Amino acid sequence: MKRSIIDIWVGVFVAVGFAGLLFLALKVGNLASFSTAETYQVQAKFANIGGLKVRAPIKSAGVVVGRVSNVTFDNESYEAIVTFNVDAQYRFPRDTSAKILTSGLLGEQYVGLEAGGDGVMLKQGDRLRLTQSAVVLENLISQFLFNKAAEGKDTKDKDGK
Amino acid sequence: MAERPLASALRQGLEALGGGAIAKIRRLGFAARFFVAIVLNSGTAFRRFRLTIREIYFAGVLSLVIILVSGLFVGMVLGLQGYDTLQRYGSSDALGILVALSLVRELGPVIAGLLFASRAGSAITAEIGLMKATEQLAAMEMMAVNPIARVVAPRFWAGVISMPLLAALFSAMGIFGGYLVGVRLIGVDEGSFWSQMQSSVDVREDILNGVIKSLVFGVAVTWIAVFEGYDAPPTAEGVSGATTRTVVTSSLAILALDFVLTALMFTGGNGK
Amino acid sequence: MAIAPIVEIDKVSFGYDAARPVLHGVSLRIEPGSVVGIMGQSGCGKTTLLRIIAGWLKASAGTARVLGESVRELDSKGIYALRRKMGMLFQFGALFTDMTVFDNVAFQMREHTDLPPDLVHDLVMMKLEAVGLRGAAQRMPSELSGGMARRVALARAVALDPHLMLYDEPFTGLDPISLGVIARLIRTLNDSLGQTSIVVSHDVEECFDIVDYVYFVSAGRVVAEGTPHELRRSAEPFVSQFVLGKPDGPIPFHYPAPGYEADLAAGARHG
Repeated sequence: MKRSIIDIWVGVFVAVGFAGLLFLALKVGNLASFSTAETYQVQAKFANIGGLKVRAPIKSAGVVVGRVSNVTFDNESYEAIVTFNVDAQYRFPRDTSAKILTSGLLGEQYVGLEAGGDGVMLKQGDRLRLTQSAVVLENLISQFLFNKAAEGKDTKDKDGK
Repeated sequence: MAERPLASALRQGLEALGGGAIAKIRRLGFAARFFVAIVLNSGTAFRRFRLTIREIYFAGVLSLVIILVSGLFVGMVLGLQGYDTLQRYGSSDALGILVALSLVRELGPVIAGLLFASRAGSAITAEIGLMKATEQLAAMEMMAVNPIARVVAPRFWAGVISMPLLAALFSAMGIFGGYLVGVRLIGVDEGSFWSQMQSSVDVREDILNGVIKSLVFGVAVTWIAVFEGYDAPPTAEGVSGATTRTVVTSSLAILALDFVLTALMFTGGNGK
Repeated sequence: MAIAPIVEIDKVSFGYDAARPVLHGVSLRIEPGSVVGIMGQSGCGKTTLLRIIAGWLKASAGTARVLGESVRELDSKGIYALRRKMGMLFQFGALFTDMTVFDNVAFQMREHTDLPPDLVHDLVMMKLEAVGLRGAAQRMPSELSGGMARRVALARAVALDPHLMLYDEPFTGLDPISLGVIARLIRTLNDSLGQTSIVVSHDVEECFDIVDYVYFVSAGRVVAEGTPHELRRSAEPFVSQFVLGKPDGPIPFHYPAPGYEADLAAGARHG
């Protein structure tokens, strides 16, 4: 009598617990979109990848289409080689360009793909030629300051005249 | 002449320190041996799984309400505070990421662990301590039934099984709370709340690691709870002291282990 | 005597630590079928003796042979096997508080045998009938009086028909009626089930009524032994003090202390 009530409650508890895990995996995490999908590998060289990390998302038109799988440094060109897996259901032209972008001002960095117009599609092992490096905040600021300083000098010169 | 009392006081202080340290280490040794004994005597807990089911009821089901309610409130607070901070940087769309990552990685396992320690851990200690004080464990031993196999191991495994489920429910409930406040109340865009969350919460990196954390906390809390109960002096003060020690020790253990696990899991992967 | 004793303890010594020995060279023999009392003051070592017989504590010297086995040489498996042939009634019953009376009595049958549930049910009812509590089978231990709990514990202890029953202070804290009931049950169960029983107690009257032979233990030594009849007229000062309950005698009223006057003088100085 009492035993079966306990069994039912424990059954409910375990079922709800697993439902919670499933919710986390499917709705909160990205298991649903990537668990079974096949992928193909593409590489791209960047002069500077900023803070890009392994497993950062690859997005095109805002949709996640893949993940960064590896980041290495090329000893010959002194550039970063980023390897990423693109979900096999998404296909891109061969002249697609890759940019390193930031989501929001302080958000994480991701790779944005912009499709080109070529008729031939990218395939496993291809390399993207058109890339744009990450915007490094420090460079941006120093450039800005430099410009300002130069401007200031100009106005001072003008005043001096 | 003046040095004598100083020297003897120093000596006494050192003796007390050494004695205390030896007693602590000895207790740690007992606890380790007790752990091995539990694992070696776990056959009964699985062969007669009904015993463990009964304990899952007491450890897990009865903790359900407090876990769900706390999870909801923690999530709602995260929603409010997170929105307040994020909107200053114009990235309130990232609210889903903030809520989900803080719950799945840290708050879910840690707070659920702390609640579990004070709700179920203390109950386990008190129960085993009282069984010892009223000679029930001794009676069992005299009836040729090993109390570690019959009483301790089912409670231990029930705790280890319940804890990850409770932590997952805490996180899920918290994310729902964050959704309620963020999307329904404040009006963050529902689509970006979920999609941003999904694009940055990784199943292996974040969720699985959270589950592993909660599993480790479950082992630590129930181990401490059953040991304190089994080791409690068989008196009323003994049992109440052991119950307090369970809550204090397991809370400290959770926080310390959380630091170690976080250091191992999240810095190693992200440093690359 | 032709029949081997059920329990034979030969010059057993024991101490929890070396500085405070509890037993010094205790020897006793318990014949099959008898009810033997071990009596003495609280803290004289009689419970320790019982625990040595149960294989709970290991004697630091001497041998304890129980049911034909030397307890000291048994590993934990052997001791568990030996305990299946023993039953023990604890001072306050020690019933499992999270189980019904029925489940308490059925505990050993379920743990140690594969008997079908209906047979377990019948056996439990038989044991409960023997202690007169068949009607309380579905009660929880918290709903029972002290005397009833003790009787349930007795039914639980004899559940698997042990050869040897150990009673640890079975009369403590019972009203006179319950006390009489327990005493009679100890005797009748012993005789009807063909057991041998050891009763550790300090209740002289109840104990003398039911036992065949008594060992008196004081300060870790057997100081007197005999049948209740012999002991009642014993001239041994300890026995007469204990049996008659005199406040002073070989066991002094005062706990050892320095001179009374010195203590009072010390108090005056502090004042």
